[in-house]
Amino acid sequence: MGDFDFDDPGSSFHRLLASQHPDMLSPRLDQANAIPNIKDLSKQLPHGTTVLALQHRDGVIIAGDRRATEGYSISERRIKKVHKTDATSAIAIAGAAGPCLDLIRLFQVELEHYEKLEGEELSLDGKANKLAQMVKANLPMAMQGLVVIPIFVGYDLAQKKGRIFKYDIAGGQYEETEYYAIGSGGKDARGTMKKIFAPGLTKDKAIRVALEALYDAAEADVGTGGPDLIRGIYPNVKVITEKGVEDIADEKIATAYQTIIPPQKQGGS
Amino acid sequence: MAMPYYVSPEQMMQDKAEYAKKGIARGKSTVVMEYDAGILLLADNASSLNKISEVYDKIAFAAAGKYSEFENLRKAGIRHADMKGFIYSRKDVNARSLANAYSQTLGTIFSQEAKPLEVEILVVELGETAAENEIFRIQFDGSIFDEKSFTVVGGKAEPLYEALKTRYQLTGLEAAIKICVEAMEDSDQQKVPPTSLEVAILDRHRAERQFRRLGADELSAALSA
Repeated sequence: MGDFDFDDPGSSFHRLLASQHPDMLSPRLDQANAIPNIKDLSKQLPHGTTVLALQHRDGVIIAGDRRATEGYSISERRIKKVHKTDATSAIAIAGAAGPCLDLIRLFQVELEHYEKLEGEELSLDGKANKLAQMVKANLPMAMQGLVVIPIFVGYDLAQKKGRIFKYDIAGGQYEETEYYAIGSGGKDARGTMKKIFAPGLTKDKAIRVALEALYDAAEADVGTGGPDLIRGIYPNVKVITEKGVEDIADEKIATAYQTIIPPQKQGGS
Repeated sequence: MAMPYYVSPEQMMQDKAEYAKKGIARGKSTVVMEYDAGILLLADNASSLNKISEVYDKIAFAAAGKYSEFENLRKAGIRHADMKGFIYSRKDVNARSLANAYSQTLGTIFSQEAKPLEVEILVVELGETAAENEIFRIQFDGSIFDEKSFTVVGGKAEPLYEALKTRYQLTGLEAAIKICVEAMEDSDQQKVPPTSLEVAILDRHRAERQFRRLGADELSAALSA
């Protein structure tokens, strides 16, 4: 606890964990060669698929379908890929479900830990950069098929606007100004958003765009789950504004889908 | 040949305790008090160097004494709590284990280091009901006390404790703030303006993280109500 001790984990929980319980993190890149029998594990573990984010007039929306797949099987119908990370930010992840959920949990604690130690929140850029480092640290696992790729969104209180950050497996971080989607159905969702997204959408219209994009992704991609009217399973949608992170209730999403899905597909005449 | 000094253990402990007590007595006091929907933490502290801090969902930290020393303890507490919550679950983090860790640390430093820490620490946990609240007070030598209703640490703690004892009852938040400030003004023999106070609550009505700081305007409103 000395002055300017650079081995001190400082305000980072990630570094604290690395110093005290390195076994709980993925191995460092320079140690990855020591792992015997490197092979592609991607077909043996549940994978989360399509998640997306888009801007609206007062902030951003982040949404994801509920399916996880294991090879060609559905392993989970109700998985949650969209999570609140702190009062004004949220994350959605595509990739190997276990490592994804681990990363989300670690990132949530990281932000809270920093806020408590420092007495103030990280800036949105600070949060996004920290996430990039954590994704980069997962690269050795990604090389074995355990890919973890997030979309991070938040309301930037300094710039007074919602912002969207996307990542690649090497920790590359890119800011998107309008919308983005990742995962196996990401390309289909992006196609839909390209057609119907417009800047300055109201919150409700933007939710509709997100739901339509996820619906189209589910139509075209086996890995993406559509709205399940029989079991009552709907995508997770969160709206982030200056006021915070709002969960959109299933009932509201179910109502919105009634006007999105053509009547013949709902089992009507 | 020079003879090494001999100081009896009793004398050494007594000197250290006196040193620590003197250091703490120079500072101002910090109060924690239960109210009907939570726990109030209030420090006579006009600076931006905080004496009160969030530790975990239902747990808060308050201290009196030397800032640089209790700041290190505060950080250690947050690290302990976040690590435990991450490895096990958020429900497994409790004030008792944290208070014990503080007690061990302070006790070891008191008996082994040349200079004891000049700090007194409070660790509080909000229970589901007022009866399940926990308030731990840990002294510079590691002695630990399980308190009820309210307690005080820091300089002039005794007169303030007496002033609170005659006034204390389980009330709403605004009344609780008034009781604390009146007791402080009484024992200090001077006015305590809202701007010189650092105030936070553990609020049972809040979801998840129940710690919240109160701003100067909220305080003024409570005091003028």
